[in-house]
Amino acid sequence: MIDLIKNYWVYFLIGQYPDGPLGGLALTILLGIAALGLALPLGVVLGLARTSSHRALRWPVTALVYVVRGTPLLMVIFWAYFFLPAVTGRQTSQFNTMLAALVLFNGAYLAEIVRAGIQGIPRGQSECARALGLSYWQSMRAVILPQALRNMLPSLVAQFVTTLKETSLGYIIGLSEVSFIAGQINAQVLTQPVAVYTTLALTYFVLCFGLSRIVGVLEKRAAVR
Amino acid sequence: MSVDLSIVLSGEFGEWLLRGFLLSIELTLITLVLAFPLATFIALLRLSPWKPLQGLGFAYVEGIRNVPLLAHLMFWYFGATQLLPEGARNWLYEHDAETVCAIIALTLYTAAFMAEDVRSGIRSIPSAQLEAARALGFGYLRSMRLVVLPQAVRIIVPPLISQTLSLWKNTSIATVIGTAELMYQAQRVETATFRGAETFAVTTVAYLAVSCVITLIGVLYQRRYPVRAA
Repeated sequence: MIDLIKNYWVYFLIGQYPDGPLGGLALTILLGIAALGLALPLGVVLGLARTSSHRALRWPVTALVYVVRGTPLLMVIFWAYFFLPAVTGRQTSQFNTMLAALVLFNGAYLAEIVRAGIQGIPRGQSECARALGLSYWQSMRAVILPQALRNMLPSLVAQFVTTLKETSLGYIIGLSEVSFIAGQINAQVLTQPVAVYTTLALTYFVLCFGLSRIVGVLEKRAAVR
Repeated sequence: MSVDLSIVLSGEFGEWLLRGFLLSIELTLITLVLAFPLATFIALLRLSPWKPLQGLGFAYVEGIRNVPLLAHLMFWYFGATQLLPEGARNWLYEHDAETVCAIIALTLYTAAFMAEDVRSGIRSIPSAQLEAARALGFGYLRSMRLVVLPQAVRIIVPPLISQTLSLWKNTSIATVIGTAELMYQAQRVETATFRGAETFAVTTVAYLAVSCVITLIGVLYQRRYPVRAA
């Protein structure tokens, strides 16, 4: 086990970088951050549409959210894998494929978090803002969303943990994130699969458990307010 | 290239997809049956008055939940099987090791999530109910079984149904270890026919259809058995 870590820790953490593409744990974290960072604006837009008073806006977005939430992430990844090249006309890298799938998938989940966040703000707030002469957009931007986003913070961090776990599915399309690297190491060492996969599991655990502790702290703080 | 669903729906390919679909359903049902008792057991550990048992329950839930299902599957299929004695290992490989490992990983993973739902359901029952049962002379387990759990069921079932939906979607990940469920068969059909659009359209509709049924069951349950005000 010690030898295993000594020989492969650099490969495990950053893949073949700097001689090749970035991989390993660094890529997992990078992908997680990029995916949630891009999914958040999408989630806010979809969440606003979900709470919109215009049916033409609300219904299609509601349908989209339900379809995405009823589909396995792996299915979304396969759609992205086969159809991004067809749509863009160019070869799509595994990273971008995975990123596109994660952004769409998490966007739909975040939409529900945003919707709950907006609906959790008392109606009086938006009525008050409108009565003071703010337009819909102004009241959303200056009054509702800042409060809603603060209430949503624990759910957002929890969603980030979920996203980090979801990046592991990049393994299936050959993206060299940490699970894929673990598979490669296992194929090279051959004799210690238990040690390799236990290390992989522990790595995810430390990362995700640490983050979920932050959720606990945030929730406690929100409860105090 | 025109879209022609009949290619992937008829004959051999249709049969592959159907077999995958049935195995996915089977995985979901078997896991559900195994995970629920385990989840209840873990929840009771976490609620027990004895600290070491609480710690054990906590360690189980956090240890499992914070590791992706993919890593669980790889651990059980590539790792744990190597620890078995030679004879047991050969027996397992002759008896569909992929499916057995998928069920083990899915059960342990799903139980960790369900345990939290069961726990919060039980916690929502006022503690006076447990105290009253104890005062009447029931032991801890009997008062749980006869007094607290029957009341908690109404609260626990709706989140368990949404866990079942996650479980249904999670079965697709078992494709990484070669379990011949729906996603695996879809990849196989796609490779054999080069009909990606048709194959994935059919597969997506199949996943969505079952997701809809599970969601519907949830809605109906909540309409039939709404949570009673305490």
